[in-house]
Order: sequence, then C-alpha cells, then structure tokens
Amino acid sequence: MVRLNVILLFALVLCSLGVVTAQHKARKIFQALEAEQEHARQLEVEFGQLQLELSTWGAAPRIEKIAREKLKMNTPETGRVITSASTGGASR
Amino acid sequence: MRFKGKVAHKFAESPLLQMRLPTWRSRLMGLLILGSFGMLIGRAFYLQVLNNDFLQEKGESRYRRDIEISASRGKIADRHGDVLAISTPMKSVWAVPQVAKLTPEQTVQLASLLEMDARQLAQKLSAEKTFVFLRRQIPPAVADRIAALKLPGIGQDKEYRRFYPTGEMTAHMVGFTGVDDRGLEGVELAFHGQLLGQPGSRSVIKDRRGQIVEDVGSIRQPQDGKEIRLALDSKIQYLAYSHLKQAISDNNAKAGGVVVLDVRTGEIVALANWPTYNPNNREALSGAQLRNRAMTDTFEPGSTLKPFTIALGLESGKVRPDTIINCAPGRLTIGNATIADAHPHGALSVAQVIQKSSNVGAAKIAAMLSSQKMWEMFDDVGFGQVPHLGFPGEVTGRVRPWKSWKPIEQATMAYGHGISVSLIQLARAYSVFARDGDLVPLSLTRVDSSAATGATVFSPKTARDVRVMLEMAVQSGGTAPKAQIPGYRVAGKTGTAHKLQGGRYANKYVSSFVGFAPVSDPRLIVAVMIDEPSAGKHYGGEVAAPVFAAVMSSSLRTLGVAPDAPLVVAETPKPPVAAKARL
Repeated sequence: MVRLNVILLFALVLCSLGVVTAQHKARKIFQALEAEQEHARQLEVEFGQLQLELSTWGAAPRIEKIAREKLKMNTPETGRVITSASTGGASR
Repeated sequence: MRFKGKVAHKFAESPLLQMRLPTWRSRLMGLLILGSFGMLIGRAFYLQVLNNDFLQEKGESRYRRDIEISASRGKIADRHGDVLAISTPMKSVWAVPQVAKLTPEQTVQLASLLEMDARQLAQKLSAEKTFVFLRRQIPPAVADRIAALKLPGIGQDKEYRRFYPTGEMTAHMVGFTGVDDRGLEGVELAFHGQLLGQPGSRSVIKDRRGQIVEDVGSIRQPQDGKEIRLALDSKIQYLAYSHLKQAISDNNAKAGGVVVLDVRTGEIVALANWPTYNPNNREALSGAQLRNRAMTDTFEPGSTLKPFTIALGLESGKVRPDTIINCAPGRLTIGNATIADAHPHGALSVAQVIQKSSNVGAAKIAAMLSSQKMWEMFDDVGFGQVPHLGFPGEVTGRVRPWKSWKPIEQATMAYGHGISVSLIQLARAYSVFARDGDLVPLSLTRVDSSAATGATVFSPKTARDVRVMLEMAVQSGGTAPKAQIPGYRVAGKTGTAHKLQGGRYANKYVSSFVGFAPVSDPRLIVAVMIDEPSAGKHYGGEVAAPVFAAVMSSSLRTLGVAPDAPLVVAETPKPPVAAKARL
C-alpha cells in the first residue's frame, strides 16, 4: 500500500513539472510568434513607405523635368516623326 | 486570602449546571445558527455559481488587457497600380503636465527633437490641463528617439497620415481626408465606406514587464480598408494637367478644365482642373482652388452643342447632310431678338453648318424640330441629369422644361446658349458620336469587362454622319484646324460662349473644344474648357483646340494607338485671321 502511494506521488510530481515546463515553452514560443508578427507589421509599414517613395520619385513631372533639363531631351517635332506601319501584332 | 472563609466550588460542581434550561431555547439557538450558515452558503452559491460575471470580470481585469489592433485606410491607386494616396503610420507625442516635470536641459532636448521652440514647449508643459498634445504626426524615427529619452509624463500614440505623392496633379480627383481619417473631398469621400478599415481587438494577459504572455478569448482580426483602383491613368493625367496649366498661363485665363474619357468603357482616364492645390499641405486653401470645376461647375457650352441639334434633325428626317440651309445675311430675327453669325455666310449645307459653326444655320434647323423632341434628346444625352458617379458635388446643369420654351430660346439652345452643362456631361454626351449612337455610362474606377453598353440615343447612321461633319470642322476650312494631330484622324467641335454676368452677356468668354480620335475607331474623348481667356484670343478654335491636340496626341502615343491617317507634313501655321474661327 505504501509502495503504491510513493509511486503515485512520484508520478504526480513528474506530471506537475511537465505542466510547468510545457507552460513555459508555450509562453516562449508565443513571444517569438508575437515578435515575428510585429516584424511583419513593420515590414508592411515599410512596404507602404517604399511604395510612397516609388510614387514620389517616379512622378511624371519629375521624370519630365530631368529628361528636359538634365538629359536635354525634347519632344520630336512633327516633321521628324516617322510612323511605321502596324505589323499586325498587338499594338496596344 | 479574602475568600478563605467561603466554600470553593469546582466549575463542574457549579449549581448553575444543575439547573435545567427550557428545551426550546437551545433548539432556537441551534436553528438560528444553522439558518445563518445556510444564508452564507446561499450567498456564496449565488456569487460563485449563479451570478459570477461581475466578480469574474473584476478578477480578470487584474491581469487581462484589451488591445485594439488598428487598421489602415485603403490605398487609392491609378489604373496601373501607381499609388495616388496612401496612409503610413506616424506618432503623436503627448504629455501629462502634472507628471512631466522636466529639467531645462531635457526641455531643450525634447524641443529640438520636436522642432519646436523651447519656451513654447515649456509653456505647454506648465499648462493647467490633464493632457496636452505636444505635436502630432511626427515620423516614427523621431518618435523612437523621443521614447529613448525616457522622460516622465511624456507618451506617444500611433496614428496614420495620408500622403498624396502625385500632389496637385490629381488633387481634385483623389480629394483628401481630415485629421480623423474621414474623407472630405473627391474619391476619398465618394468611396469612404470602402476605404475605411475596421479596427480589430484582442484580449491578452500581460506579465509584470508589460510583455504579452498569452491570448485569452477570441481575436477580432482588423479589416484593412480596400484598395480603390481608379480608371485614372497617371501619365495621361499628367499630360492633361501640364498642357492645361500651360494654356491657362499662355492665355492669361481665370480657370480651366480637361476631361479625358475612354470611348469603349466610359472610364474617366484623366480629369484636370486649374486652379488646383497641394493636398499634402492644405493651409490657406480657398474655395476656388478646391472646386472640381469639371464636375461641379456648369457653363453655357456654346457651339459644342450644335452637333446634337443637327443629329436630331438628321435622326427625325427633317434634314440630310447635304440639305442646303440659307444662312444669308448672317443674321436671323426671332421676335425682338436677333441671332448673328460672327462671320456671315451664304447658303450652307447642313454639314457646312457644323464645319463653319453657323448660329443662324443651327437655329433654322432647330426651328424645324419640336421643342419636346429637343428636350428629350438633351435629356437622353445626359444634360440636366446627375452623372451618377457618386462624386461629391456633381451637378445636374440646367435645361428648362420644354413647355416653357419660347421660339427664341429654342433657337439659342440649338447653339448652346440658355442651357448649362458641366464639362464632364459634355464629354460624356459626345460618346454618342464617338460610339455608334449610344451614351456610355461613366466610371471613376477601372472597368475590366471590355465593352460597356449604354442607352441608344441616335441611330448608328446618324452618329456616323455627324462624325463626318465633326471631322470636317477640324480640317482646313473648319473652325479648328489647330485641333489636327499628325498621323490621326480627329473629329471635334469648338465652342465660344459669352459669359453671363448679372443677367447680361458680358465681354468675357468660355472657350471650349470637345473631340475624339482616331475617327476610324474612336478610343478617347477629350473635352477642354478655358474660362475667361484674356490674352487677345478667345475663340475655342484658337484657345482650346491646341490644348485638345496636345493632350490627344500625347495620350494616343502613350496608349500606343495605331495611327489611322498618313503622316502629313506639318502644315505651315496660318496667320490667325485665316483660321476661320467662329462662334
């Protein structure tokens, strides 16, 4: 009878320790998940900011300004344009 | 000892114990005590089993926190996905003045990070309030440096700021939002419901260090606002905007607008107005800048309406393109009013009435039509009706009920006076000629199904006949040779209307041009309106037609539309007198 009780006591202690470790591990993993999610949010924000930057740098007025002033480009005059006939491919 | 003489009894021998108590007293006491225990048990049962919500909540509030998960407002993008409006997170910095007792050095440090005057900051911090915003919408990087100072009583909140990378170019179309993320103008207002995000929430358990340890209960996921894909093509928008701006400054005009429509789908590919504003910096805005003129302002369109009168004449069989109308001597008296042509003509065919833009000719054709039919036609092409875009401030324009028309009014309406329309209505109405007689429904957003169909107004034959006349109007001998584009066949009509001022026609003009190209298979409609050009020229063919040609040619090139005309050698520009510009 006493032996059975001792065995059960050991089993109980083991189980309790198991619960404690499992809980600890769960919290560790949860924190890691939390950090990754935060990272994902950060990346999303950064993506938005980069998109904004892309739009700002790629704005048509800026491109035209650089083309005209820095690269000295201009729209060809009508007399200098030659239009090739459509080759039948997709022209759009 | 004082009690020596007395007989000492032991407790157990106390004579009191020998006395018999009445049985009912002990029973009563027993029952009372039992009853009290019963009440306590009952109360405990009530609190812990039956009505346990309150205590449960109190208990949870000791460790459980509800966190709001913010959702961002949706993006607005053009048809190719280029961003026109986007929200990015910013921080706002606040203080609790009672707690925030800073040393002078700390104040200076904080002020320099906030880009504020140190004295002003000190003043804010000594205010008799429980909460003050120090500065709103500062970049997250700066906010992190402020947080690193670890100042007492200074906190931060997350908020969003809306950016408009294309700025003033698309200002009227996109609109803007207020501080609280509510759409106030343009698409931001029209699509507010879809753009708005739904913030989510989650309840968590936090430990002593403020870290989230566990999720409890269910998480309500935040719903980010939807992305709105406009029909706008930012390249064409830029072309329209820059050519309009140039024309306004060249002609010293007060205002103007350009609308570009896709003929096949009814999409608004570009819509530019002048004056405009920068939506990123909205200080010192005036109502004149904010107005989206192409949608919210009406004007008397003038001769751009003649093709509709003629088309109705053709449709009802009253005239044919080659019917001769006698327009001599260039004036026509109806009642006590006289209609005059800017330049008198003799006998003109119906096609030439359009080509030369004769008021007398249009009035004579209108006289053959019933006023009810004419009103119905105006109604069918969308004049006097809201365009149903859902855009804030769209107007109906003004077409008076036909029953009250006098003959002179019907005659003037034939050439676009006594009726008012908005530029977008005018552009849309021309789709009946650019398509085969049906009116295309407009769309602000990108349309992916290929062919939109609208209500038929004219027969395909009438539409084609008018198209031929409109093409004549831009050829030499017409009113707008300046609308020609090398490589493409163009059709269109000029308009020059006197402005009404205090009930009388003043010597101020609205010059307009509406046209489409390529004529063999129309792709785009471009409508141009220039308000009060005052640099000497005011005819639509001189002021608005060049803008049309510039916008149309560059747009067609951008879209890669195949040319449908042999590339003619550029005509030598004629002196302004030779260009037959008419009303």
